[in-house]
Amino acid sequence: MQSAEALAPASPSVGRRVAALFHGRPRLTVGALLGGPLGWLVIGYLGSLAVLFAAAFWNVNALTGEVVQTFTLGNFKTIFSESVYRTVALRTVGIAAAVTVTDALLAFPVAFYMAKVARRRGKAVLVVAVLMPLWSSYLVKVYSWRVILSSGGVLDWALHPLGISGPGYGNLAVWLVMSYLWLPYMILPIFAGLERIPDSMIAASEDLGGGPLITFRRVILPLALPAVVAGSIFTFSLTLGDYITPQLVSNNDFIGTVVFSNITNNLPLASAFATVPVVIMVIYLLIARRLGAFEHL
Amino acid sequence: MRLIVSGRHGPALFLAAFIALMAAAVAGCGGSGGTARNTHMLQSLGRGEGQLNLVEWPGYVEPQWVKPFEQQTGCIVHNKDAGTSDQMVLLMRTGQYDGVSASGNATERLVDGGDVSPVNVNLVPNYKTIFPDIKNQPYNTFGGVHYGIPHGRGANLLMWRTDHVHPAPLSWSVILDPSQAAKYRGNISVYDDPIYIADAAVYLKTHDPSLGITNPYELDSKQFNAAVSLLKQQRPNVGEYWSDATKQIQSFASGDDWVGTTWQYQYFQLAGKKVPVAISPASEGFVPTEGATGWSDTWMISSHAKHPNCMYKWMNWIVSPMVNAEVAQYFGEAPAQSLACQPATLEAAAKVIGYPPDPHFCDEYHAGLPSFWSRVYYWQTPTTNCGDSRGNVCKNYNDWVSAWTQIKG
Repeated sequence: MQSAEALAPASPSVGRRVAALFHGRPRLTVGALLGGPLGWLVIGYLGSLAVLFAAAFWNVNALTGEVVQTFTLGNFKTIFSESVYRTVALRTVGIAAAVTVTDALLAFPVAFYMAKVARRRGKAVLVVAVLMPLWSSYLVKVYSWRVILSSGGVLDWALHPLGISGPGYGNLAVWLVMSYLWLPYMILPIFAGLERIPDSMIAASEDLGGGPLITFRRVILPLALPAVVAGSIFTFSLTLGDYITPQLVSNNDFIGTVVFSNITNNLPLASAFATVPVVIMVIYLLIARRLGAFEHL
Repeated sequence: MRLIVSGRHGPALFLAAFIALMAAAVAGCGGSGGTARNTHMLQSLGRGEGQLNLVEWPGYVEPQWVKPFEQQTGCIVHNKDAGTSDQMVLLMRTGQYDGVSASGNATERLVDGGDVSPVNVNLVPNYKTIFPDIKNQPYNTFGGVHYGIPHGRGANLLMWRTDHVHPAPLSWSVILDPSQAAKYRGNISVYDDPIYIADAAVYLKTHDPSLGITNPYELDSKQFNAAVSLLKQQRPNVGEYWSDATKQIQSFASGDDWVGTTWQYQYFQLAGKKVPVAISPASEGFVPTEGATGWSDTWMISSHAKHPNCMYKWMNWIVSPMVNAEVAQYFGEAPAQSLACQPATLEAAAKVIGYPPDPHFCDEYHAGLPSFWSRVYYWQTPTTNCGDSRGNVCKNYNDWVSAWTQIKG
């Protein structure tokens, strides 16, 4: 009883005191508001990256697989000297680039139709249709592709009249499945980018005698390019890091699968190899920034 | 409010923060403070602590035999499935579990890492009647000290589609001899794990005696390179590497894969779906002729165990005749407990788990036939110590992992 009585009159004054503390101090207000999320970002997100980099310089006890915290450059030496890691890195980057180009080519017409041609109702239906695959489980989608690609599967059956067979499991399959999986991440930014182009600009180009091709090449494409680059950040980085699709539809190693197979026994080597995609993405993002993609994310 | 850090100083500040964090990470991780490890053997059994946390292979901890355990001992079981031996080791290192059903390629790592304690087999009455040929083995007894209670065992098997593979293969050469494997190019299924290098070593032990392989997990450079080069030759013939049982089941069912290495589990699933598959060892004898790799699982107690009495009760429970007969039939492996093989016990156990009665189960799995098991090479952690006069010149598990990356490329 006593404590409740003591608290009751005190609480409004605490509230008022807090309010007074923030009054006229915008820096403090912003700090208090952003402190939590920013703290999470720095400690949880960048912190784990920092630990990853630190671990890349450690050693491992060969028998128990326990990490030994002595400094070594051996992991990076292994990655650079053994050709298999170079092959894997190049293969991964190659597929990521192919997926990005494929998705850009597929996404542009769809996004253009959604942004400039479809009426309000059709637009809503298309946005839902593009988002729908994202609601179903990733594994279910990849396993369905396994069925499609299997020998005597749907793809084989469809290609049979042409006298050819499906690609089976391999790099080609990884390219197909990844292009399917990440397509929505390309369509949405391009759609948003195209919507921002005022119709009047297209009309002006036409008024000035620009045909459809010229209008597209000299008006729409330059204005939409940053959005395409923004979309490519998603498709490229998602392909670079994935390790489940390659395991399910190919026999080849990718950066993700090599990291995965080393992570329990040789964490330092896995960390060292995991820095490869980080470095590639940093370079990629620097280029993307040059191209103005960050305004379209 | 123009308060957001912007302009030229943004990236610099960011970088500074990042570097500071990295330094903190390196410094902070310097002292590895762990909880107290108890590597002493329990001398007497007390009352149960009311809880039990287990890490196990999927299918080893099921309600049919967990419920009665909880009722009898008052130990409530919390369990976690692990898909690979590596995962088990990692989970046990968290120190949050009381025990684990470790295969031979995890046990030595756990013992050397101080993650498990010796087991006082006198506190496990059912230990006496366990088949003698899985006691005192290099994967459960270290320096004469017991580190666990054997649970059950099995061989890695050769499976094939009877409609595509003729004649029925008698040897691993159907997938490992480059000229024979070429016949099934693109339709061969192989286990995706570094430990598969041992399968090549088992094959070479018979087919290239000049290498002098005795134990497929203790390979010196020459033997190891021969096994790796055999697998590199196998690589173009492989249709698929599987690490996930579901993936292999689908490939055999769809007809993508025709022949390859498997576990009993996938065979049961496929046979249940009426897919025309056959499997070794057939009941007529051991096929392939070279022998095979396999596993023998051991329940071990964590050195961080918070509920040691419950863990001892569990170890005794899981190898009691009735329960061991249940888990062996449920999972498809040879039981460790010799009394589990009595026909009446097998039938009663099958009834509990809802399987058709099979009084000959132990014969089919060769549970009590040492001559069969003498040709099964249980998974073991490869270490530099060759275990014989060659000394410390053998390839360790990290070498195996990086070789596996090289093979798959």
